[in-house]
Amino acid sequence: MTAITSSRIDAAARRMLALSAGLLVALVGTGAGAAIEITERTSPGGILFWHVEEPAIPMVAFEVRFDGGAALDSVTRPGVARMVTALLDEGAGERDALAFAVEKERRSARFGFSTGRDGASVSARMLVDELAPSAALLAEALTAPRFDGEALERERRRRLSSIRQDATDPDSLARNAWYARAFPDHPYGQPAKGTVASVEAITVDDIRAMHGRLMTLDRAKVAVVGAIDADGAGALVDSILGGLPAVAPEGAAPAAPVDPAPPSGMEIIDLAVPQSVAILGHAGIARDDPDYIAAYVMNHVLGGGGFSSRLMTEVREKRGLAYGTYSYLSDLTDAPLVLASVSTANERVAESLEVIRAEWTRMAENGVSAEELDKAKRYLTGAFPLRFDTNSKIAGFLVAAQVAELGIDYVDIRNGLIEAVSVEDIRRVARRLLQPEALSVTVVGQPAGL
Amino acid sequence: MRLTRSGRAVALTLWLGGVAVFASALSAGVEPGAKAAERVAASIDQPVSVFTLENGLRGVVIEDRRAPVVTHMVWYPVGAADEPWGKSGIAHFLEHLLFKGTDTIPDGAFSKIVAENGGSDNAFTSWDYTGYFQRIAADRLGLVMSMEADRMVNLRLNEDHIRTERDVILEERSSRTDNDPGALFGEQMRNALYQNHPYGVPIIGWRHEMRRLGMADALAFYERFYAPDNAILVVAGDVDADEVERLAIEHYGPLQASGRPPEARPQEPPHRAPRRVEMADPRVRQDYVMRFYAVPSFGMDKRVSAALSIASAVLSDGKNSRLQQSMVFGDGNAIGAAAWYTGTTRDTTVFGLYAAPKPTAGLDMVEADLDAEIARLAAEGPTEDELERIKRKARADLIYAQDSQSTLARLYGAALAVGLSVEDIATYPELYESITPEEVRAAVATWLVPERSVTGQLTRAAETQATAAEENAG
Repeated sequence: MTAITSSRIDAAARRMLALSAGLLVALVGTGAGAAIEITERTSPGGILFWHVEEPAIPMVAFEVRFDGGAALDSVTRPGVARMVTALLDEGAGERDALAFAVEKERRSARFGFSTGRDGASVSARMLVDELAPSAALLAEALTAPRFDGEALERERRRRLSSIRQDATDPDSLARNAWYARAFPDHPYGQPAKGTVASVEAITVDDIRAMHGRLMTLDRAKVAVVGAIDADGAGALVDSILGGLPAVAPEGAAPAAPVDPAPPSGMEIIDLAVPQSVAILGHAGIARDDPDYIAAYVMNHVLGGGGFSSRLMTEVREKRGLAYGTYSYLSDLTDAPLVLASVSTANERVAESLEVIRAEWTRMAENGVSAEELDKAKRYLTGAFPLRFDTNSKIAGFLVAAQVAELGIDYVDIRNGLIEAVSVEDIRRVARRLLQPEALSVTVVGQPAGL
Repeated sequence: MRLTRSGRAVALTLWLGGVAVFASALSAGVEPGAKAAERVAASIDQPVSVFTLENGLRGVVIEDRRAPVVTHMVWYPVGAADEPWGKSGIAHFLEHLLFKGTDTIPDGAFSKIVAENGGSDNAFTSWDYTGYFQRIAADRLGLVMSMEADRMVNLRLNEDHIRTERDVILEERSSRTDNDPGALFGEQMRNALYQNHPYGVPIIGWRHEMRRLGMADALAFYERFYAPDNAILVVAGDVDADEVERLAIEHYGPLQASGRPPEARPQEPPHRAPRRVEMADPRVRQDYVMRFYAVPSFGMDKRVSAALSIASAVLSDGKNSRLQQSMVFGDGNAIGAAAWYTGTTRDTTVFGLYAAPKPTAGLDMVEADLDAEIARLAAEGPTEDELERIKRKARADLIYAQDSQSTLARLYGAALAVGLSVEDIATYPELYESITPEEVRAAVATWLVPERSVTGQLTRAAETQATAAEENAG
């Protein structure tokens, strides 16, 4: 739920500079002596990646994110992209699923593959002593997956069971229904895991075709973090990704950008549970909008700041209406959203929604006080180093920063961007962004009095 | 399992299956209780030190200099299993109430002060322990220590706090349990397994008892157990062990010891008969079978515990595990199957099995498959190859675990909170490596027997039937 804040510094200019200078360096200055040194590099094979050398532990974290993800699915057959990543370690090259698992275990390598609405991700952790064979195995999974019939059927059964269970899970139901209303003719409106009908229909040909579109170098953002130097990291990147196609085939673009237009008003889905789940939301603010950072700070005060947020204070601390409630800026490419959620007893849903709407209105009309802004800034700037305390987290951040085109020096300038936000900035962005009457609301349960 | 104060459960790798995750980078044990912070080991890169204050508070320090941040935790070795009978949920309710205020930090200001200092905080409750933690810039360690020490003894509650927060925990119960038939089923399974031990009562509490919890119940539990000699301090991150001890003396040192450790809990009698649980709920969309066995924890029998941990890995760890290969791959009867074992409890723990049948198979078929795998392991034990692959995985877990200071902090805190020592953690890898195939076979044959078990089947009920949810909602 953590949004990466963005300022879209001129990425193209930065890249030119990087190429001419050989590398760019940024330090996360933290005031306490420690720092991480982020370097942008190009591998011998020409693949751009970000690198942090961290020798303390004999492991390497390797992270790739391919733009696209489930947005590449067709509206009529969702779930294919996620099926691809589910099957990548179910056999590759000469090895079937069992042989692949045995070799992965022999090398003590840990691979994770996933598909979200906007991207497919690879997260690997490898031991320094087993690096070359681990990398060779990961390369096979990415470039030569087998998609054997036995593995596909096994995954299909598992997936169908999971989708059927979602049909009585209030959280899944609410999320799927909200997005279906907001994006009726776009993959964003379909569950990324697919529907019963689509998953039953998926063929090996669908999967092979999607694999060719999902993972190409032109859409890849890459990071290497751990006990490995620059030359080693470059060779590692080439050995894992070198076999991928340079560009996506024609016609393989994600679905056209879409304006989120969730209908205002409320949809109630009946489910016999004691506690209703509600999702509220409307159109948000783009990452490259000059006011994005102000909106990010505003949301922190509204419902992003955990126990100290206004929603938590009003809904939970003062009234005991719910265990959890929060708001967030969603980072869907081309379709930004601002969303909130609450789970509350059926007979208290109406009151909870009223409280959330009132907070929406109060923020839109009055913004935040100087004291609230100061507290939010102190949290957001002070907590920034907490994102860098493991190799895996650092690798994840480096990729997210590239996806959002934040620039290699983002770690240096980010706290300054937060500090620069004024009460007036927040008043302006809150007035523009928060539209209580436009909220699209989905409630799952048996709410009383709505 | 444990509950957290915020909206999300912390997914813990709590000595579950591959126990070695738990073991730290320690190679040599040293007596706790030394006067100055004493470095106990440094086999790879994370030095671990221990100290004990004069008032009995024990401290563990794990140095990790990679980022200028610190994880500060205080663990009380009491939880839901230490509640008075009829007051289920009070340990967890009190955990929530500890954020309400003291004379110096009133009205919910605790988390706000942490946040204003760039930190995040939370708390959790299990059957065996209750923990509070902050993650914050290393130079704020003294601040969070002063706040944690303050609320160890100076809690101030009013009836408003009780009323609103009781509603919050009732909503938490709805979210976690009553909205989810699988969670309700798990509650029934545990309650059937434990015939006498309070582990059979849910951490969150039974709803009818939660509704009646009041200020006097919360304060009685607080005053009985919250004291420095019942507290374990764990600090991990960019810190110096001697400096941490100095800060601990400054902030926790002045607190008075209670002289009253927690009492032993009622223990299980001999289990003489296998039991069955059959539950139907209209919301179920995937039938499944579960089996729980009552087995020793690590503290009760270290070698048996390590052997059971290896047995669970042989059965269920990875695609080349036995349950995956025989039940899920190829023509197997199951969509999914798993085994697990949690050694870090104080008393008799659970060895669990799970299987969900394919639409073409039935619950009885996958139950018979599970029985066959247990019988085979009890008769033949694991192969040398299987044992070697599991031990290799444990060695790698040990390296990967060092990447996260908060993971290491949780490992130490949980182990000490259930009565284990730093030396137990230090010597665990050696113990794990020394387990033989015959010990695994014998542990399975001795402990995974029908009379120690509960077998449950969860199925879909006809829609007309009154639901468990409705019964619970009243």
